[in-house]
Amino acid sequence: MTTAERTAPLDAPDAPDALAVPAARAPGCPFDPAPGVARAVHEEPVTRATLWDGSACWLVTRHQDVRQVLGDQRFSADAHLPGFPFLTAGGREILSGGTTFIRQDDPEHARLRRMLTADFMVKKVEAMRPEVQRLADELIDRMTDGRTSADLVTDFALPLPSLVICLLLGVPYEDHGYFQERSRILLSLRSTAEEVRTAQLELVAYLTRLAESKRERPDDGIVSRLVARGELSFAEIATMGRLLLVAGHETTANMTALSTLALLRNPDQLARLRAEPSLVKGAVEELLRYLTIVHNGVPRVATEDVEVGGRTIRAGEGVLCTINTANRDEDVFPGGEALDVTRDARRHVAFGFGVHQCLGQPLARVELQIAVETLIRRLPGLRLDIPFEDVAFRSDMAIYGVHSLPVAW
Amino acid sequence: MRIHADQEKCCGAGSCVLAAPDVFDQREEDGIVVVLDAEPPAALHDAVREAAAICPAAAISVSD
Ligand code: SF4
Repeated sequence: MTTAERTAPLDAPDAPDALAVPAARAPGCPFDPAPGVARAVHEEPVTRATLWDGSACWLVTRHQDVRQVLGDQRFSADAHLPGFPFLTAGGREILSGGTTFIRQDDPEHARLRRMLTADFMVKKVEAMRPEVQRLADELIDRMTDGRTSADLVTDFALPLPSLVICLLLGVPYEDHGYFQERSRILLSLRSTAEEVRTAQLELVAYLTRLAESKRERPDDGIVSRLVARGELSFAEIATMGRLLLVAGHETTANMTALSTLALLRNPDQLARLRAEPSLVKGAVEELLRYLTIVHNGVPRVATEDVEVGGRTIRAGEGVLCTINTANRDEDVFPGGEALDVTRDARRHVAFGFGVHQCLGQPLARVELQIAVETLIRRLPGLRLDIPFEDVAFRSDMAIYGVHSLPVAW
Repeated sequence: MRIHADQEKCCGAGSCVLAAPDVFDQREEDGIVVVLDAEPPAALHDAVREAAAICPAAAISVSD
């Protein structure tokens, strides 16, 4: 028997206080990781937890251990392997829409990913700055036209990355309602397996039709170029397009809204940024670290026995790397529970780590830098328009953030 | 200081370019790392070490 076939399940945690994941956050500070998971960093950095179906997995919580696991290909990203930890039944159902490279290992992962690396490289994305800036200014113009309040999510934080990813992919922005709704279902921890399956099918069907239409009318978007490349079927292009579309929407949009809220909650930090706009680049890294919107961990499954932080993780056992606790690890980020826009936060793992690290991160950085800088510059009187206690946080979503953010200026 | 970047390992996420733009770049066709200056001046050594530390694919190695 090879080690990869050995799938002996972990004993289910029997202690009454065994951690259940997704773990609930404390009512005090909605920006902090769940207290149970945060405690693990000091008490038992590699610890066991229970998933929704009663199965057990490991939580890896410290910065150095998270980097070890995510950097080691003996921890597989292949969601078809037994033992792979899913956060919900709906999460497992996402596989029904076709596997994307984020849930595959090399060499297949590298082959598919490399078809896209040129589109997201730093130089290419930096060249988009003027266009992204123009879109940001237009959205603010429209939002403030004759009004003194708005929902920052629907009027700014969501449309900005949505417009940009549609442009990059060659997807008509007029259809944004259609794919934003399906994207929300895919990422909701409350969605049933059935709902996820339907949303998947619809989204993939939509993108397959789109890919087919590019054969007749090619443009310079990514979908069109993948069609012209001729290496992937329309279904495969649609699956890849779905990944980019969902990732492009949900991540930057939530980082923008949550960052705005975090700055409004830390007026000294906001004042610091206003006084010194050159701090914006570093501040965005710090916001990525502090907020870490992939808040339930990055899943892997061991294919061999590997020692991590003094514990042996056996072949076939699931692992969740809680990057939000890694990003608060005091050994790497002293005073890390506080937001400090002047901190050197570049070693954060908010984009993950290892060969699966976020492909779109240069684009996310440009969008976030422009979004934060533009909001601060154009809306000097920006404030929250409801009590902080009434803000609806996305505890129920795979990507953390806020469902809406009523603001005034 | 001598830098080696492994193009096989590189996953093209560009962190090195942001950390040390005078030393690293990405290939036009596929976004894979290229080293612009394999023996950079001392003033850039810290930035290069930072680039090696944040490279997610452990593709950058540095020898003194
Ligand atoms: S940081 Fe590493 S993986 Fe990313 S582009 Fe540079 S060498 Fe490649």
